[in-house]
Amino acid sequence: MTQTAGAMTAHKIAFQAEKLSVSYGSTMAVKDVFLDIPQNQIVAFIGPSGCGKSTVLRCFNRMNDLIPSAKVEGRITFKGQDIYDKRVDAVELRRRVGMVFQRPNPFPKSIYQNIAFGARINGYQGDMDELVERSLRDAALWDEVKDKLKASGLSLSGGQQQRLCIARAIAIEPEVILMDEPCSALDPISTLRVEELMQELKQKYTIVIVTHNMQQASRTSDYTAFYNAKATDQGGKMGYLVEYDRTEVIFQQPAQQSTQEYVSGRFG
Amino acid sequence: MNINDTRISDRPITSDLFKPNLAKRYNLDRVFAFFAWGATTIAVAILAWLLITILIDGIGTLNWNFIDSFASRKAERAGIKAALAGTLWVMGVVAVFSFPLGVGAGIFLEEFSEDNWFTRLVEINISNLAGVPSIIYGLLGLAAFVRILGPITGGRSVLAGGLTLVLLILPVIIVSTREALRTVPDGIRAAGFALGATRWQVIWNHILPAAMPGILTGMILSLSRAIGETAPLLAIGAASFIAFTPNGLQSSFTALPIQIYDWVGRPKKEFHDLAASGIIVLMTVLLLMNAGAIYLRNRFQQTR
Ligand SMILES: Nc1ncnc2c1ncn2[C@@H]1O[C@H](COP(=O)(O)OP(=O)(O)O)[C@@H](O)[C@H]1O
Ligand SMILES: [Mg+2]
Repeated sequence: MTQTAGAMTAHKIAFQAEKLSVSYGSTMAVKDVFLDIPQNQIVAFIGPSGCGKSTVLRCFNRMNDLIPSAKVEGRITFKGQDIYDKRVDAVELRRRVGMVFQRPNPFPKSIYQNIAFGARINGYQGDMDELVERSLRDAALWDEVKDKLKASGLSLSGGQQQRLCIARAIAIEPEVILMDEPCSALDPISTLRVEELMQELKQKYTIVIVTHNMQQASRTSDYTAFYNAKATDQGGKMGYLVEYDRTEVIFQQPAQQSTQEYVSGRFG
Repeated sequence: MNINDTRISDRPITSDLFKPNLAKRYNLDRVFAFFAWGATTIAVAILAWLLITILIDGIGTLNWNFIDSFASRKAERAGIKAALAGTLWVMGVVAVFSFPLGVGAGIFLEEFSEDNWFTRLVEINISNLAGVPSIIYGLLGLAAFVRILGPITGGRSVLAGGLTLVLLILPVIIVSTREALRTVPDGIRAAGFALGATRWQVIWNHILPAAMPGILTGMILSLSRAIGETAPLLAIGAASFIAFTPNGLQSSFTALPIQIYDWVGRPKKEFHDLAASGIIVLMTVLLLMNAGAIYLRNRFQQTR
């Protein structure tokens, strides 16, 4: 049921999740996920709401640590190192594994400060102006904001704010970028820009993206993981990974009936 | 899908089940607006009447001599120099101690502490303390700062008075700090942590600046309350007849509300006018203090 994509062996592995389960308090949110995230590829998480996509995503940079009731079981390695090992520092891990959120959340500070903050706290020694410009260029935002770097990040449009958040994430040179429905609050044009951006970022970064948009998943990703939820005996719902394979396979000849139904828009 | 569409289009377009009754709704609108306007007017009118009577009574005796003279048995020579200086000293102590203590405790309870029976107990106590009558704080201050810590505070001193008022307003500052911290969107916290910031870095760089306007509003309200408090200062035994300005934290002192209270209690009309002048001075200090805090608050709001 939770097979690993066959062609995956061709790539180096960034993350490897083994029998990953997450519960909030006494309710199991997602159970027994086995998943390999290949390096320098885009992996899409799809599936109906509440099946644990965000929950799994938050395990990769240990953002679940911030939710007191969350309990993570199983094993996740990042480049071979168990990230839930006691010796691994979550703060250091999060520098290497960046995150972009569903709602654009720039700091209520200047555009410049939004980028500089992460670099500063992580002890960046280089030229800050140069880093700010490079990050904004990489996020395809530079031309729009180069004359107003002192303006508040909140003064930008939603799409610009989201690209600012991407710029902020790549400014600290992470190895992976986790994106949780980064386009759900954006208009179609901003969405396209972010998608183009992802293709460029793929050269340098590994990207995991949660999306509700089937076209986005099929257009942008190399691998797709389909999650679903099933009713539990206690009357709740529990998420699980249905199928994980190359994106073409998931969209054209999935092994599971439910995947077929979901990607063709017949449920969810 | 198609079946549903037919059903909707088969229904009559206008239904007589809706009765908008606009006239009645607009009337209610007007009635409510009238009450809101009335409430505002009454509040403002009472305040204006108070201010005007005080100004009429007090403006005659309000001059530089009044500000620059010490208390005296003769009304024409009496002034509020000692009380004004005492109030400024005490409020200095209050601001310096209450801000870091109150904000620090608020940050701890909101951002650091875990949710267990102990923190819940602390929380309930703090909320209740905000409602304790000020005279009780005066008695606590008398026991703690004047008696027990007397060797450090110097007895009935500026420091003892200030610390007593700090106790009085701490609960309000803590509660309002927590409210302000709670209004900061969680997205900002998440963004900070996701960049590899430690908890303190997130709080110091993002949460506190965003919450600062709210925190300062709580600070303004609290200081305004402290500056007018008389009972706790009387309870710790601040003198009302003092012919010198404080020269240090351990100096004895009097304060504007005490001086005003003393003058109001005397039989002669001249002293009542002096009390009115004192009230004008007290209100001016209060307004200046609040103006300063509001200025700071606006500076924080602009940088957003
Ligand atoms: N912070 C949380 N506290 C408690 N339960 C949560 C929390 N976040 C998510 N959940 C629960 O975990 C399940 C999976 O949620 P989530 O990972 O957000 O799903 P998805 O992103 O696929 O929509 C849901 O049932 C949700 O209610
Ligand atoms: Mg989600």
